Amino acid sequence: MAGTQYRGSEITDVDQFIKDADGLASEREKEIGQHIGYRYDVNLVPDYNRITPFLTKYMETMGWDDLNWLEDVHMGYEEGKPAVFDRNNNGWVRIPDSIELPDNQQDRDMIARELLIKFQMSDRHPLVSLRKAYMKFG
Amino acid sequence: MASVTDAELKAMTQEERVTALGMRTEQLTGKSLHVEFDPDAEERFEYPWAPEVDFNKRTEIDCDGKTTTEVNSNIRSLMEEGYGTIVLQNPRGMHSLGVGILSKLNLIIEGSTGYFAVGLLDGPNVRINGRVGWSCGENMMSGTIMIEKNAGSTFGAALRGGDLVCRGSVGSRTGIDQKGGTIVVGGDTGALSGFMMQRGRMVVCGNAGKNLGDSMYDGTIFVGGEIQSLGVDAVEEEKTELDVAWLTRKLTQYGMMPEKGVDHFKKIVAGKMLWNYDNLEPSEKKLIL
Repeated sequence: MAGTQYRGSEITDVDQFIKDADGLASEREKEIGQHIGYRYDVNLVPDYNRITPFLTKYMETMGWDDLNWLEDVHMGYEEGKPAVFDRNNNGWVRIPDSIELPDNQQDRDMIARELLIKFQMSDRHPLVSLRKAYMKFG
Repeated sequence: MASVTDAELKAMTQEERVTALGMRTEQLTGKSLHVEFDPDAEERFEYPWAPEVDFNKRTEIDCDGKTTTEVNSNIRSLMEEGYGTIVLQNPRGMHSLGVGILSKLNLIIEGSTGYFAVGLLDGPNVRINGRVGWSCGENMMSGTIMIEKNAGSTFGAALRGGDLVCRGSVGSRTGIDQKGGTIVVGGDTGALSGFMMQRGRMVVCGNAGKNLGDSMYDGTIFVGGEIQSLGVDAVEEEKTELDVAWLTRKLTQYGMMPEKGVDHFKKIVAGKMLWNYDNLEPSEKKLIL
């Protein structure tokens, strides 16, 4: 019966959703033709030993002692491609093929955070036009 | 798009602006935008529209005799003038103070606030030298909020990012519908804390009331004291080394590290028994009914 046990699959490999874009590993996922849950560990906390100079500079600019909201940013995978979910855009933004992916999730997450900041702060972010079109005051 | 000036846009209706800016209205359901990062993007740390503020440029606002709207508008104007540190004097329990600040700022509130204080933030660092009412920091996207005394119920409701810290105790339903960020409570938290939490982290140094983490979908709750009872589908899990390092760092950062360290903290996560989001569910339910 529905709702009595977890029927999704576990994440066991950093490249799992690049190798298997559909993510149908458990019996239930195969049965329904749909991956259950996230394609990355949303509860993974950052390893501050792996922080990059760019992110350190960002923290200093904002007056924060840690990654703040970026602690929730991870590299995910969409249709077999690495991507980052941009909450300001409500969609996935893909990692270009020219960027070499590290072999562990922590370093991938740091790359995801850097790219997301640069994108969100750029003039090409969709929020720039949205603000112009819909902003109520300012 | 580049040929339209801001003045021309301002003179247009909203519909005209949307068309002039080349925005589409097509439904994207089931499709991705296929946006790709630019690996050579410029190093920028603030939104293009953020006012340039200097943390060393400081001023004060006396809230006495002003409405909430007047105080909040005043904060915006001062930020446009470059003030990076603003002190609010005599808040006297006003509601909805300091909401919707979308870039960096040091905001200090000298006293207590009413409900929905400093909600919808995206960037500022706030210190409240007093108590706060319901739903402080609700829907915060990023930034830090530090409350020196106690907080009311639904503390950090629907929090999306940033750090929301209370040195004292908080009411019930703390972090209800939390979608990200970190809530730190120095004292105790009331019943149904973490109700329907979806992600993010909550740290309670004291005790937690009944039904902690009820119906949580994801996220992590750390509790240093006693838990009166766990809610539906909230389960205890072993802490990882990374969890311990993160907890130690976070609590030290806010000067809230317990004398006995963090080894005694319990970690609560979702049991994932309520994950019923697949296509067959409605038809299965029909069969059962």
